[in-house]
Amino acid sequence: MAIIDLANPTRFLRLVDRVLPWLAAATLLAFAVGLAQAMNAPDDYQQGATVKIMFLHVPSAWLGMMGWSLMSVAALGTLVWRHPLADVAGKAAAPLGAAFTFICLVTGSLWGRPTWGTYWVWDARLTSMLVLLLLYLGVIALYWTADDPNRGSRAAAVLTLVGALNLPIIKFSVDWWNTLHQPASILRMGGSAIDPSILVPLLIMAVAFTLLFFTLHLAAMRNEILRRRLRTMQLMQAQSLAEAGA
Amino acid sequence: MNLGPHADFIIASYAVTAFVVAVMVAWVVLDYSTLRRMLGGLEQQGLTRRSRRQE
Repeated sequence: MAIIDLANPTRFLRLVDRVLPWLAAATLLAFAVGLAQAMNAPDDYQQGATVKIMFLHVPSAWLGMMGWSLMSVAALGTLVWRHPLADVAGKAAAPLGAAFTFICLVTGSLWGRPTWGTYWVWDARLTSMLVLLLLYLGVIALYWTADDPNRGSRAAAVLTLVGALNLPIIKFSVDWWNTLHQPASILRMGGSAIDPSILVPLLIMAVAFTLLFFTLHLAAMRNEILRRRLRTMQLMQAQSLAEAGA
Repeated sequence: MNLGPHADFIIASYAVTAFVVAVMVAWVVLDYSTLRRMLGGLEQQGLTRRSRRQE
């Protein structure tokens, strides 16, 4: 099957029905291994056991940003190529990205209190992540409140592309400004600054969260295709009732 | 497993994450079953999508 064939929603649904159970099983397996590793990871020499919050905070931060990156590609697909599944992919990713960004902010806050002495500070990294959450909520509002779904989709795609400017700000905020948040310690020049005993569980949890994201995203895309079919059929039903009454 | 003096913060983090993930999973699963049921109801009334009629 060529990639272009997946542009057909019916073929895409068939593929999702085949792939989803395997993806869900892989997600459960990855979480079982990741959580076991995370619980057995040693305490950090400075932060103690609170380092265990990192196994949730860092993957959810990555997925919050990855969700918006995925939506940006989908927005290009909607505005430039009018790909039939691009808009579906963007709309399905928005609530998931928002949820992971929310997890990132809450776990970061709960991690900050014992390590920094405060739940929140208006520094560049924290504020830009909060802006990302607000952008997600804005896109969700555009998708779900527009009278005309096509206009709502185009407006959401434009906001998504404008909001993509926030991604490099989040990534480099710790380098460009003085922040309470630590600089990059995993993806950086010279290799990771984290000991393998903590890095390995973190990477396994990152894989588990990523699998969870794609499992939920495929399922949400399937739901969105069904929702559009339902809307079409309801319009057909209303039209036939109007014709019968005329 | 000893979570030290900040156990409350660690447990709260895992609890919030588990809750949000559970909400996401429930949303996707319930949405799917609702949509399937509504589509099935319309199909039982004899409504068929145009693309389905061409198949």
